[in-house]
Amino acid sequence: MRFNTLQEFWDFKNSLKDSESETTILVCGGPGCLARGSRDIYQALQQEKEKHPEVSLNIELKIKETGCHGLCQKGPLVVIMPEKLFYTEARPQDAKRIIEDTVLKGQIIDELLYRSPDGKVYTTFDEIPFYKHQTRIALRNVGNIDPEDITDYIKKGGYTALALVLKEFSPEQVIQAIEKSGLRGRGGGGFPTGKKWRYCREAEGDTRYIICNGDEGDPGAFMDRSIMEGDPHSVIEGMVIGAYAVGSPQGYIYVREEYPIAVRRLRKAIDDAEKHGFLGDNILGTGFSFNIKIKRGGGAFVCGESTALMKSIEGNIGEPRAKYIHSVERGLYNQPTVLNNVETWCNVPVIITRGWEWFAEIGTDKSKGTKAFSLVGKAVNTGLIEVPMGTPLKKIIYQIGGGIAGKKKFKAVQTGGPSGGCLPEEKLDLPVDYEKLTQAGSMMGSGGLIVMDERTCMVDVARYFLKFLMDESCGKCVPCREGLLQMFQLIDSITKGKGKMEYLDTIETLGWAMKEGCLCGLGKSAPNPVLSTIRYFKEEYLAHIQAKRCPAGVCAELTAFYIDPELCKACGACIKACPAESITTQEDFCVIDDSKCTKCGTCYDVCRFGAVKVK
Amino acid sequence: MSFMRSLEDILSNYDHGPEDIIEILHEVQSRFNHIPKEAIEIIHRKTHIPKSRIYAIATFYKAFSLKPRGEKIIRVCMGTACHLKGAPSIVDEIKKQLGISPGEVTKDKKFSLELVNCVGSCSMAPVVVIDDKYHGQMTRQKIRKLLKQDSEGGILHEV
Repeated sequence: MRFNTLQEFWDFKNSLKDSESETTILVCGGPGCLARGSRDIYQALQQEKEKHPEVSLNIELKIKETGCHGLCQKGPLVVIMPEKLFYTEARPQDAKRIIEDTVLKGQIIDELLYRSPDGKVYTTFDEIPFYKHQTRIALRNVGNIDPEDITDYIKKGGYTALALVLKEFSPEQVIQAIEKSGLRGRGGGGFPTGKKWRYCREAEGDTRYIICNGDEGDPGAFMDRSIMEGDPHSVIEGMVIGAYAVGSPQGYIYVREEYPIAVRRLRKAIDDAEKHGFLGDNILGTGFSFNIKIKRGGGAFVCGESTALMKSIEGNIGEPRAKYIHSVERGLYNQPTVLNNVETWCNVPVIITRGWEWFAEIGTDKSKGTKAFSLVGKAVNTGLIEVPMGTPLKKIIYQIGGGIAGKKKFKAVQTGGPSGGCLPEEKLDLPVDYEKLTQAGSMMGSGGLIVMDERTCMVDVARYFLKFLMDESCGKCVPCREGLLQMFQLIDSITKGKGKMEYLDTIETLGWAMKEGCLCGLGKSAPNPVLSTIRYFKEEYLAHIQAKRCPAGVCAELTAFYIDPELCKACGACIKACPAESITTQEDFCVIDDSKCTKCGTCYDVCRFGAVKVK
Repeated sequence: MSFMRSLEDILSNYDHGPEDIIEILHEVQSRFNHIPKEAIEIIHRKTHIPKSRIYAIATFYKAFSLKPRGEKIIRVCMGTACHLKGAPSIVDEIKKQLGISPGEVTKDKKFSLELVNCVGSCSMAPVVVIDDKYHGQMTRQKIRKLLKQDSEGGILHEV
């Protein structure tokens, strides 16, 4: 069905039944739940529904496969609406009871409910601390709608913002609304979105382009993946509004090729939006035309950098260029271009429908709205979250994340991916805010939040990011190409016990030179992970350099494990797990043979009694 | 379908402008498992994109391989969350089991081992992707079971 006028769209929208009261089973189809077999549960539920024709007589039951619901740790997740019943770790064999007991008789299946580590049982998801402290704006539809069904999106208010803009807003008014909302780039840089649009609109050029950066390359981050897979129409709607504001006929979505489901769902969404008249020529009969093409990346991290990304869209290798040429003036094909990331685009429709005043009230003085994070690493609850700007890191890690898994001690939290830094415990009161995180030596980044515990070696983390960046540096400018190599060699020798104290000064000098001299953001921010770990975890560097010891037991050359006979119960778990067969029992405790041990730490991680220790 | 026909088939979906070259190479790779030298020659003849540019793209972007890959592609995620939760040790175990290093193919051409930066499934770290099937919470023991290899061939047994 194509809406040829704005009125046709409003009529259709008003004819839709209120979906809030329908019984709907939402089966999470996010990456975590899919891998745990959620597709089988979805199919089992469908089969079970068919076996019970009486279901359809009394109620209208819908079963939907949605995007990521958030609490990946407890997947596969099944949510029953409108009651908000929350079933975790569901299996296909539970389908029968879900339909017969819960849907038909209204009975709650106790053993599928969420249990917090302290044993408390929760019936609905909004009571669970993981969800309770969140505010979902960018993720408003993710996990709640069928991403492949455009009607479902319209039911939740989708494309209303576009219709509103085309009816009542001039391009200037759209830009003003976005400016006043205080929305800033969610890709990490934090540039004011409205200002970017204004610069582009005012720049001289033959045409203008709109780009959505879906090249989410930061390791440890999957917010954009979840949005593209779980709510692709929000991104498209945001882009059409942006195109109207700056006057662009053509847009591109650049997606990582590592995200095949996102590519497929975006393609379908674009296709459906065109068929309904939200995209293409003469959108909703208003005379405004805009098209979107999808471009897949090629697995190059540097293409997340805006100018490299534009080169890649043009069919070139992804090499960035100097920043003094602004892409709002000369971007893609040398024409004025607006590039925003996935999360930024999907905030746009909701700012229009709910008003900039509403949005500007959320968050801090300079950072407005919310931020989505992928909370991963050593936290109890890992998954996809969204919190208001200004939320302290401590609240995210302890209240939403439930603290550190396995009763271990917190060591650091990493934000901002390879451009960010590691913050220690004393910085946990820091709020999520662009400026505050940068001052502390990290950055907001695109939203990876990686929790590290005592088993994480900070020198190894620095080495990890340097290796990553060294592999991903495009090699165009010398400070990045050579600086990373030199820094890596120094850090690598420290992790192998060959480090010297003066290396730390050399690393800081190199870091300064790279910040000053590199061409693009990749190089300029590359020293952050190293410099922040030296700043906050110097004693760990000293242990590696002076005592030739890795306190976390990670750097193989500097690690030796032993088993405390007092604590060992000779259960044999470590013997079974050891890949090098280096552990034997001696009377009533286990012993590690140092000559065979490969220092992999498997024994340390499997021991339930804390008997394996680092020498 | 002949090699030539397959390529013509792929190229017929595009305008032959240089901006499509990355997409074209993606399709060539998904059809032939790698980018054969002959394919580059044909793309060049049909689209007039210089061969040097096609090679530049095919070697700059990690997704492309000029060498044939194994029948099954084992991709180990090396993202931060996976790294912290033991991805390097999983790679060691696969190296030990298959006798190949990342980027290599087993002698019988059955397996390729590749490292990827992040597959965006961080909450189930560490992750190993075998032919697009995701395996989360990997341990050395689990990967060993997953890769139960017979002495000659290398048959993948699902656990």
